[in-house]
Amino acid sequence: MIDAISTRMGDGERVTMSASELKEEILAGTEDAAEKGGVPRLTDDELDRLFEIMADPNRMVSVEPGKEVIVTDDGGTMSFYSGQDGGGVGVPLSRLQAILIYERACGADTTSMGHSDYSYKPVKSIVNFEMNEYYTASQMTTAPFFYGAQPNLGLYYQPDGPCVNPAELLGKGDIEGAKKTQEEAAEYLRKDLGFVVRKLDTVGCEGINFDTSGSAGDADYWAALQAVRDLKKNLPHLPMILGASGEFILGMHGSVEFDGKRLAGMYPQDQVKMAEAAGADIAGVAVNTNTNQSVAWNLARATTFVKAATAASNIPVHVNVGMGVAGVPMMEQPPIDSVSRVSKTLVELGKADGL
Amino acid sequence: MGMHISHIMTSGMGGLRTAGDLVAWMQMTRRMKINEAKEYVAGKLGVEVLDLTDEEVMRQLREDLGLGLVTSVAGSPKGIRAKMKIAELLGIRINSVDLFKSQTGYPR
Repeated sequence: MIDAISTRMGDGERVTMSASELKEEILAGTEDAAEKGGVPRLTDDELDRLFEIMADPNRMVSVEPGKEVIVTDDGGTMSFYSGQDGGGVGVPLSRLQAILIYERACGADTTSMGHSDYSYKPVKSIVNFEMNEYYTASQMTTAPFFYGAQPNLGLYYQPDGPCVNPAELLGKGDIEGAKKTQEEAAEYLRKDLGFVVRKLDTVGCEGINFDTSGSAGDADYWAALQAVRDLKKNLPHLPMILGASGEFILGMHGSVEFDGKRLAGMYPQDQVKMAEAAGADIAGVAVNTNTNQSVAWNLARATTFVKAATAASNIPVHVNVGMGVAGVPMMEQPPIDSVSRVSKTLVELGKADGL
Repeated sequence: MGMHISHIMTSGMGGLRTAGDLVAWMQMTRRMKINEAKEYVAGKLGVEVLDLTDEEVMRQLREDLGLGLVTSVAGSPKGIRAKMKIAELLGIRINSVDLFKSQTGYPR
């Protein structure tokens, strides 16, 4: 084995490491996750295996035949026709064309559509447009066809929404006021999530993706959990993915609870239990990539969190593996050598049910 | 798209090329984890789990059962027609199929 191993940093920069340096990176990553998340670090065998994957001289690696998992997406089809800011390649396809190409030419296990402004609040006012497009596309798709968007509580704060911005109140030391406005906004969000999903159900929606829940903190995550629970009472037949947005829930409020458990600071092994308790069918796990650290460090860290989450969960766990998460470098064209290593490791060592 | 395709090629089941969509339906509708979902689908198809991602096995099986194909055979079920066969094969409820049946007088 050569002792100058080509690998990358979390920002995509190619670097060279010796075998011992790479092993130190992997160990440091798993220990960081173990300490922060209160979960076991990877075993010695797993560390050795991760090293083998990272040190593999081939450009791409892959799982063994028979070990493949399900690949879902968060508006992946938009990448055909959107611009750089959406990570897209700017090919002028209709949404229907993009969906069918992704299903049939790319071999995706599932496909999805979403609004270009990929949050539920903007969908509310144009939901009939979305319903029409979804209905038409669903007649032609064969693979499971999701509708996806982000809860995105931030859109409910002024100037974009009706509630006072908690950041302004926190700046004035009004912690109670900041909490109250987040609670108010979360109720609006919960109601809007319910409204949009019930509308889509009437046109035969096959699945809903609540993407990056918790991106605006614990009140955001609470609203998504509560919306899933509300919807499952009347729509038990409608599959729902509840995806998270980071390895711990940001405590922007700090005291929000679901089923008596405080959401702030929750790591993936507990996030997936919340998703399951709410009634979600698939739980999404997200671990943010640190661009100052190596891919090896980030991937060891992410795998440690994912392994704990999949062990704790009774429902399928799909790991977010887009740019800047789970060890995938944070850049607009993530290098596929890194992408394939993340993919293989999370399946083989993290025991992910999907990506 | 390079990133999506990389994940699909590295770790994905291949969707309509093989049986990825079928396994996905079981995760979605019955909350089955990956190994359980694969065993369930393999059982329904009468194949081994390893065959689920074997294009040589699944191509003909999908055509024979009308489950939808990646290559476009004129007149071969795709879309809602294929999903009706999939729902029946797997014993699951697919919302778009239920709606189609309710709108066309097809027995549910």
